[in-house]
Amino acid sequence: MTVGVLALQGDFEAHTAALARLGVPARPVRTADEILASAGLVLPGGESTAMWKLMEGTGIADAIVEVARRGDPVFATCAGVIVAARRIEGPARAGLGILDATAIRNAYGRQLDSAVVTLTDLDREAFGDEPLEAVFIRAPKLAGLGPGVEVLARRDGDPVLVRQGNVVAATFHPELGADPRILRLAFSSALAAALAARAA
Amino acid sequence: MSSSPVFSSPFTSDAFRVKVGLAEMLKGGVIMDVVNAEQAKVAEDAGACAVMALERVPSDIRRDGGVARMSPVAKIREIQEAVSIPVMAKCRIGHLAEARILESLEVDFIDESEVLTPADEENHVYKHDYKVPFVCGCRNLGEALRRIGEGAAMIRTKGEAGTGDIVHAVKHLREVTRQMKGLTLLSRDEWMTAAKNLGAPFELVVWVATNGRLPVPNFAAGGIATPADAALCRILGAEAVFVGSGIFKSDDPALRARAIVEATTHWDDPARVAKASEGLGEGMKGIEAAKLVESELLQTRGW
Repeated sequence: MTVGVLALQGDFEAHTAALARLGVPARPVRTADEILASAGLVLPGGESTAMWKLMEGTGIADAIVEVARRGDPVFATCAGVIVAARRIEGPARAGLGILDATAIRNAYGRQLDSAVVTLTDLDREAFGDEPLEAVFIRAPKLAGLGPGVEVLARRDGDPVLVRQGNVVAATFHPELGADPRILRLAFSSALAAALAARAA
Repeated sequence: MSSSPVFSSPFTSDAFRVKVGLAEMLKGGVIMDVVNAEQAKVAEDAGACAVMALERVPSDIRRDGGVARMSPVAKIREIQEAVSIPVMAKCRIGHLAEARILESLEVDFIDESEVLTPADEENHVYKHDYKVPFVCGCRNLGEALRRIGEGAAMIRTKGEAGTGDIVHAVKHLREVTRQMKGLTLLSRDEWMTAAKNLGAPFELVVWVATNGRLPVPNFAAGGIATPADAALCRILGAEAVFVGSGIFKSDDPALRARAIVEATTHWDDPARVAKASEGLGEGMKGIEAAKLVESELLQTRGW
């Protein structure tokens, strides 16, 4: 019951380490077979253009869609959200469509506009009253959310953390912070399985 | 305690975390040297995770000589317009004004680089003063930690740029790794002497001794000309690679760029690297670095 962290390009090491801190077994995956053999998947931050290029002709795109379709937890951050989205702007292209939304690349600007932000506009049921610290790096914005997409956090009114069934997507980087609440939310089923395996 | 400068550290600031955060996003990728928008587009289409704007690629600087400076502003703007991936640019070592110009142009990363002619023979830029992250080169751990001490958010081990010869990239990657391993074996009583011998900030020596790695991402640069060269750097611990002359001085830059991206991701799968290496045409001719005399070396710039 190992979670796969897509390791084509980006901050996959930070994700693997964050899952390890949480007690979820995780490993980097680079092929369609490795992805299909995973019990859950992380689509990390990085450069989405590089990821698309490395996916070409590999069957990886179909494998990711299959993991999402069969109900395993999928957690996407930043560039991973762009890959997961139905539509992409800047430049325009289609995404994998496992998240019913449009991702607008570099919507906040360049690196000078990257920032650590305290999010207070949160889903109370998911996070209580404690604000979330969010690291935004050349982040995208989400628009055109489908009816099945819940907003769990907003920054200045814009959705930055959303959930569509088993898919959780953050336009920022929870893996670069110390707060485990978002990862716990994304991998609650995997955590329960890991705990059960330990108990058995 | 917080009012005492001795105990306040810029390394725990949000500003520094955001800088290192971008470096984290570039891991596993290839950063390609480009001199114009056309090359930048080729690099982006091949899967580069960022491009590096410079006036001339290192092999041309080596061939033509003269003072090598920051890329012309118009070229940087043209490259920023052409691509959606991060755009880096080089400034001369210690050239505070070039660094401020690059910051005002909103480049995503500044490379304070020995490939350009140094502007200051003694000092590097104090990089914590800037909002844009910096990458700097190193030949050994002391140099790496001095640059990080000044605020570099990424380190690249120096090869000998513009030669197409991987030998110095290998030498310096191995040197930094060996020195880091060495620090982890020391007892606490030996840390200060190690800092003195390395010429490195004590707190950073302690950090490396405790964690066994650099506190910022560690990439490789200089002399990478083939997919196998990129894979070798990854095997030796580099988390990503910079490729300069190796791409645009080869027969088929688009194909070679794509192949080096493939090999950098699948470095531990020799069959994938072999396949990527097939049918690329001629690589850059290159110069054997051992044949260069001391005054021709770029890597000895910076300290």
